[in-house]
Amino acid sequence: MFKVTIDNQQVDVEEGTTILQAARMIGGKVVPPAMCYYSKLRGSGGKCRTCLVKVAQSSAKDPRPMPKLVASCSTPVQDGMVVQNLTSPEVVEARKAIVEFLLLNHPLDCPVCDQAGECDLQDLSFRYGMEETGSEEDRREFPVTDIGDKIKLHMNRCILCYRCVYTADQLTDKRLHGVLYRGDVSEIGTFIQQAVTNNFSGNMIDVCPVGALTDKTFRFKSRVWFLNPMNAHRDCPSCSGNVTAWMFGNEIYRVTGRKNQYGELEEFICNECRFEKKDPGDWVIEGPRHIKRQSVISANHYERMKKQSVIKPIEGIMEDPE
Amino acid sequence: MLNRYIMEQGNIVNHKLFVKEGKTVAFSPEVLGKIQQLILRYPEGQQKSALLPILHIAQEELGGYLSVDVMDYVAGLLGIQPIEVYEVATFYSMFYLDKMGHYVIEVCRTGPCAISGGEMIMEHLRHSLGISPGETTPDGLFTLKEVECLGSCGTGPVMQVNTGYYEHLTPGRVDKILDDLRENANKDKPDDSTWVEKFC
Amino acid sequence: MGGKILLAGIEIPGIRGFDVYRANGGYAAVEKALREMTPAQVNAEVTRSGLRGRGGAGFPTGLKWSFLDRKSDKPRYLICNADESEPGTFKDRYLMHHLPHRLIEGLIISSFALGVKTCYIYIRGEFKYLVGVLEKAIAEAHHHGYLGEHILKTDFSLNIYVHPGAGAYICGEETALLESLEGKRGNPRIKPPFPAFKGLYGCPTVVNNVETLATVGPIIGMGGEEYSKLGKGKSTGTKLISACGNINNPGVYEIELGLPVEDFIYAPEYCNGIANDKYLKAVIPGGSSVPILPADLILSTAKGEKRLMSYESLSEGDFLTGTMLGSGGFIVFDEDACIVRNTWNLAHFYRHESCGQCSPCREGTGWMEKVLYKIEHGQGKMSDIDLLVRISKNIEGNTICPLGDAAAWPVASAIRHFRHEFEEHVLHPAEVLEKERRLSASFAV
Ligand SMILES: Cc1cc2nc3c(=O)[nH]c(=O)nc-3n(C[C@H](O)[C@H](O)[C@H](O)COP(=O)(O)O)c2cc1C
Ligand code: SF4
Ligand code: SF4
Ligand code: FES
Ligand code: FES
Repeated sequence: MFKVTIDNQQVDVEEGTTILQAARMIGGKVVPPAMCYYSKLRGSGGKCRTCLVKVAQSSAKDPRPMPKLVASCSTPVQDGMVVQNLTSPEVVEARKAIVEFLLLNHPLDCPVCDQAGECDLQDLSFRYGMEETGSEEDRREFPVTDIGDKIKLHMNRCILCYRCVYTADQLTDKRLHGVLYRGDVSEIGTFIQQAVTNNFSGNMIDVCPVGALTDKTFRFKSRVWFLNPMNAHRDCPSCSGNVTAWMFGNEIYRVTGRKNQYGELEEFICNECRFEKKDPGDWVIEGPRHIKRQSVISANHYERMKKQSVIKPIEGIMEDPE
Repeated sequence: MLNRYIMEQGNIVNHKLFVKEGKTVAFSPEVLGKIQQLILRYPEGQQKSALLPILHIAQEELGGYLSVDVMDYVAGLLGIQPIEVYEVATFYSMFYLDKMGHYVIEVCRTGPCAISGGEMIMEHLRHSLGISPGETTPDGLFTLKEVECLGSCGTGPVMQVNTGYYEHLTPGRVDKILDDLRENANKDKPDDSTWVEKFC
Repeated sequence: MGGKILLAGIEIPGIRGFDVYRANGGYAAVEKALREMTPAQVNAEVTRSGLRGRGGAGFPTGLKWSFLDRKSDKPRYLICNADESEPGTFKDRYLMHHLPHRLIEGLIISSFALGVKTCYIYIRGEFKYLVGVLEKAIAEAHHHGYLGEHILKTDFSLNIYVHPGAGAYICGEETALLESLEGKRGNPRIKPPFPAFKGLYGCPTVVNNVETLATVGPIIGMGGEEYSKLGKGKSTGTKLISACGNINNPGVYEIELGLPVEDFIYAPEYCNGIANDKYLKAVIPGGSSVPILPADLILSTAKGEKRLMSYESLSEGDFLTGTMLGSGGFIVFDEDACIVRNTWNLAHFYRHESCGQCSPCREGTGWMEKVLYKIEHGQGKMSDIDLLVRISKNIEGNTICPLGDAAAWPVASAIRHFRHEFEEHVLHPAEVLEKERRLSASFAV
């Protein structure tokens, strides 16, 4: 067992644990935000840089600090390591900077985005962002496209976390989409027109931390905070059948996997459960699901966010092109 | 203003969606044999390593650019998913996704060349050929491209035509080179050694 | 220019071919290493020589080799980094072009020392003509029994393959190179794990620059001790410097480390002074990624000592008043060169070459370029200059690989030392643009 101290709190962890995992074992404020790491996806993490922390002491044997901030999601702990998250002004500054970079080309179309209210980027910019950005440049714009017939891709909103790519790689038998081009014009795409049909492809929607990948069977029917998330299950031949059914009255508006407090799915679900089963009779409704994670919805912050970021009138955009 | 074309950088990124035409493409048995040799350079199970060299050969042998059909064919040869080839082909600047001219003129735009007159060479080519970077002349002879440092900064300004380097450029030299290229267009490829020969 | 080590024999006609190279003492070092020495002894000689990586970082080669995981039972790999794409750098091309066998010799000895059976030369795709040169040299070495199975009838076997890149500066970064070699996009890997433990195909791997590996032959030939006597302090030996820009004699020079910068710029056997009798304005001494220095600071340090061509002397004063030796791409600017335009030009380069994997670099390089573009074209504001400093600070140190830093440093240093030029662009855009127009027209003659 290794002893690690994060923001003055100590925890004993197994060798090979990352700083982020150790922080999650402590819980609360010491946990750095993670936009690209996903514990259930091999190889994920390291890319968004929101989880940067300071290592004030590398290990008991080597008490020197690490020269640069490190990505907590992909740095394994050492025995006696001392880590600073919010207690380091340097980390707070860097995180602000990262949020600014992530928002630089992000459209801030939250008022018309399906993910609003359950968006990790929205939460992140609330908690760590600056009041305003220094950028006056026009934002980069991509056309809206489809990834298969059930999933819509708003590339403008994508933060290139690669989670959906790892999902397709690790959950489906044949990956059909990936990261194309490079630098600030790289994009998620299929390159050629083709249907993404694999039965587990819908999980890409749930792993997406922003509203880049959204469920076409749900779009614009309602804002998530009007809906009641209910735990539900069914006897499914292909997946566990444990889902969250998002209901309004007696109607199911959409089905997603069950997410934990870090916004990660507890289990991946199949496309049939997600896209086809919208009849309450298909499901055994267990009861309300509590959003454990501290999000913009639960903190009742959404109104403030909206004011800051309304940039386009809602009319017109609300009408789905199809 | 010089170099306007570099600067007009729109904020709209509209990568086109490509179509699979469904043409049958294949290497000749001879090239195929060499490619099999090439794959053997990498350990068993790591045949994907041969992707870059094979794409170079494919681009040269199968039409001068990487069409979807060509990429799918290469994916089949290596037993990988087509998307893995698309991801790679879109990453590297030497792979062309669209039909190119007979000669692809790639002019270095980076600092050391720029301070020795590189911007002017590009301007000159624009005028002589009547096209902007990224375009091909109507006769299909020349495609003009702007590239980053070619590793020949001491002999700048530099351009690469297909695989040959042309160094110490002046507008006069460029005219002469264009004339020579036009004259030789009907002959075989300007460069006598192909990727296949280089590798196998 | 006597006392050449790496480029020794370059003037001999036919030295590119095996026979001439062999007749002039070539491959003697391979025989010495394989016949008379153990791998550990070769390692020790390289460590003793004080050789430092010539790819840019200047990390001691012997130390790097000592990190290689020798306990693993997986195969080990040696990768020769011939991606040479750093603007201003063209020394590896020169070396491979003129003395391909010097590289092959170095690869054989290094592989022997590291217990490597397969070695790949990753060369940038644009250098296609060099692939043929190298393949020919490899074939000749095979033919003469220096490659293949049981080299010189010992137990040591080695194959060398040339592998082309396809146009991506980032593939010079060692882990991006490994990804590229595995047939993937050139996205740098997240470290740890380091290549010494998990490199190519997850096996222990050493990545070294062409020049570094080519130097191993001469080191074994003359002995590490002897080699370490060359140079100055911890900058031992000789280094290839590729000089370009506004000088009379651009080209590749082998210098003994410790040569005064002033001599390098003005001596007739090197750059031979500034072209067209103009004055020296600034120098980027180690490839476009290192900080730019104005004439006074490149010729002497802030303390008033003569600046030398060595790792230590060039970085004297850190980033405030110093720079780095980097890859040895020595770019000289004369009095007329516009620093703002050049900074914008390089920012464009880094934007184009960012792999796009991590957010600070992907977004930050594009942002800096847009702001610099505005300033250069007379649409900038005073606050933009500070904005650039802030963006560069926010990128630096927060990225996956050093390309982020490499993009940030040129901008930060140009503003640090030439702030007045940026201000000039903001305050008097019309005059500045006119001056540039005239300058570029002057190239037309
Ligand atoms: C963005 C970037 C580009 C690089 N390009 C090159 C290159 O073209 N050639 C090279 O030898 N090293 C390059 N390097 C350095 C390599 O990562 C690595 O340090 C080097 O190959 C190690 O060899 P050495 O120890 O012999 O210097 C680059 C590094 C970075 C971060
Ligand atoms: S689409 Fe979503 S999941 Fe995929 S890379 Fe973009 S942000 Fe990540
Ligand atoms: S710093 Fe730039 S080049 Fe390096 S990994 Fe990040 S995005 Fe890619
Ligand atoms: S969560 Fe660690 S870098 Fe993205
Ligand atoms: S800058 Fe043009 S070749 Fe290097």
